[in-house]
Amino acid sequence: MKLYGKFFMIHLKSIMEYKTSFILTCIGQFLVSFNVFLGMYFMFQRFSNVEGFTYNEVLLCFGITLMEFSLAESFARGFDNFPSIIKSGEFDRIMVRPRNEILQVLGSRVEFSRIGRILQAVVMFCYGFAVSGIQWTWGKIITVIFMLIGGTAVFSGLFLIYASICFFTLEGLEFMNIFTDGAKEYGKYPVSIYGRTVFWLCTFVVPYALIQYYPLLSLLGRGKPSYSLLPLAACLFLVPCLFLWKMGVRHYGSAGS
Amino acid sequence: MRKYIAFFRLRFSMGLQYRAAALAGIVTQFVWGTMEILMFRAFYQADAAAFPMSFQSTCAYVWMQQAFLALFMAWMMENEIFDSIVNGNISYELCRPINVYNMWFSRSLANRLSKALLRSVPILLVAAFLPAPYGLMRPASFSAFLLFLITLLLGLGVTVAFCMLVYMVSFFTISSVGVRMVAVSVVEFFSGGTIPLPFFPEPVRQVLELLPFASMQNVPLRIYSGDLSGTPMRHAIFLQMFWLFALAALGRCLDVLAMKKITIQGG
Amino acid sequence: MITLTHVCKTYKVSKRDAGFSSAFKALFHKEYEYVTALDDVSFTISDGEMVGYIGPNGAGKSSTIKILSGILTPEKGTCLINGLIPWKNRIEHVKNIGVVFGQRTQLWWDVPVLDSFELLKEIYRIDGHAYRQNLEQLSEMLNLSGLLKMPVRQLSLGQRMRCEIAASLLHSPKILFLDEPTIGLDAVSKLAVRDFVLKLNKEKNTTVILTTHDMQDIEALTNRIILIGKGRLLLDGTINDIKDGYDSTEEALAAFYRRHNI
Repeated sequence: MKLYGKFFMIHLKSIMEYKTSFILTCIGQFLVSFNVFLGMYFMFQRFSNVEGFTYNEVLLCFGITLMEFSLAESFARGFDNFPSIIKSGEFDRIMVRPRNEILQVLGSRVEFSRIGRILQAVVMFCYGFAVSGIQWTWGKIITVIFMLIGGTAVFSGLFLIYASICFFTLEGLEFMNIFTDGAKEYGKYPVSIYGRTVFWLCTFVVPYALIQYYPLLSLLGRGKPSYSLLPLAACLFLVPCLFLWKMGVRHYGSAGS
Repeated sequence: MRKYIAFFRLRFSMGLQYRAAALAGIVTQFVWGTMEILMFRAFYQADAAAFPMSFQSTCAYVWMQQAFLALFMAWMMENEIFDSIVNGNISYELCRPINVYNMWFSRSLANRLSKALLRSVPILLVAAFLPAPYGLMRPASFSAFLLFLITLLLGLGVTVAFCMLVYMVSFFTISSVGVRMVAVSVVEFFSGGTIPLPFFPEPVRQVLELLPFASMQNVPLRIYSGDLSGTPMRHAIFLQMFWLFALAALGRCLDVLAMKKITIQGG
Repeated sequence: MITLTHVCKTYKVSKRDAGFSSAFKALFHKEYEYVTALDDVSFTISDGEMVGYIGPNGAGKSSTIKILSGILTPEKGTCLINGLIPWKNRIEHVKNIGVVFGQRTQLWWDVPVLDSFELLKEIYRIDGHAYRQNLEQLSEMLNLSGLLKMPVRQLSLGQRMRCEIAASLLHSPKILFLDEPTIGLDAVSKLAVRDFVLKLNKEKNTTVILTTHDMQDIEALTNRIILIGKGRLLLDGTINDIKDGYDSTEEALAAFYRRHNI
């Protein structure tokens, strides 16, 4: 943890060398995710509800999903840059250091420019809360915390899979974007609107429904109380991800770069 | 001209080399398209009367957008160009008997075309065979198809000319990342990348259609889906040509300024 | 003590002819070929020895360094370094080695050198006292005092290389791998690096394995050279073994390469 703190500081210092660019990047990040919100806003100017979810409810869903994603992204984004870490030989450097590889990769990139995005997530999160009209109880607050934990775990797991695949292909595979950026993009709506097949996939293959749809129902008072616990079950998703990573490191040892 | 063609060939065969990447890209775009259509379907089911295009046109719009994504997405800028500006490799380019603006322009064109050619065919094929409202319908008429092709190229030209502006501006800033991100998100939203322009409220849409961003993917995709025809279409095509020349002229001016700056300050 | 016995390593690479149509073909069908990087290589290096590891480009030098530093796993053969198998006990092993990749940097580009050092202190869990002592000693030996507060991007190549070397030695490793440490350096910097390596070897008895194309590095630093070509060990001896009659080592080496057709 102390090491991660060190990594964090060194990135902060680097960034401060380029202040103007940093601020512009933050604004850019803010705008990019703002696009999604605006798109939604204009859609709901036309339509009053989708699959029985109102604009306010969808906003809450969007806020929470974006928050989950941003949390995962802000500390697991080192994996996003993983193809370049492999190609530049930086991973060799990581291998000759006596520390856990995952920790070092995490520390190799800390994207402060994501502050723009996190800020936006916080804004949306609060806004979603404010307009949702939910009577907040302790149980519901805990549900939200579970959602954030589970969501961060699932998205981090996906980033880890993305990086592990790089060991074999040496470049990032674009199709992983479906699961990360795509999930953020389409996770703004409760996954049930996409029809039964997608819903099934989002429950059993990558457990998005467990961090989004089910606990959301429980927040809105439409689902069983036990739905609140499902996000914790989603954390199990990390297990196969870590396994894949281990396989990747072993492959790197036998094939090199 | 020959050297630009040579450039194009090189890019194209480089694009072909990354087989896994191409395959992954196709799958990605197919899934994105599907998700997009499923989302529109949910809204359509909620209130069909409020839908501004026919559902079939919307599907065609989405599929075409996915198939030709590489032509229009502003974020597909070339990192190599930015890198060469930052680390000074640009001086190599200056040694060659070729104008930087023209070279990068043709290079970007080549890059986008080669990517799109590779990726569009499988997506279009699959989309064409999907059942009726979800699939890609046939174009309204042969002339509509021809117009689609022409506006597709014009739209590509406008997109590349706009990206060129971003490259050129990065000569004058220390780090281009910020400029680039702002430009990308503006293009994405105003060109109909997030939601098609017809879905915007009427007054907003009227303003947006005059901007250069509407001259990118909006025109060809809507001509194909039959949503744009007659007089509004002619206006749109005229605007496309106007923006292409305007952006390219502006780019050339910046090019001249940038070259002056480099030769005086040594990069 | 480093022992390498009968180590073999092959890579699978995809091959493709130039040109348009073959690019298209490769889209559907990829051909692979196997390249032998190391073929039955064995040697032993004792503690405190200084060895030049040389060979033409692509001979397998960096594969060897990667195996010795635990990054790569060979197919066949064994390797024991101070009682550890590098790729099996990697974390344990790398605590005792320092690696300098001459063409890459391990320092953070935008921050002062000292910040990178502080981070390495954390990574290697060096205790405060030892760290300060090492830093003081290294900055004196490598003449770093003026450089430590500067951002890395403002350093010249020679200054940066001195900092790189210091960075690899902060945790007082027993073995130091130098992969082309003098590449691209001017005469003064080269001499400074050589002097330092000699001193390090003498004073701390650090084992040094050096790969380089610069024969003057070899002449200045080592008695023993290990020469490989096309993955095979061709010579384990001294410079004099290849010199036979030539005035300059450079020419002698070129003649040797030609003779072995590598």
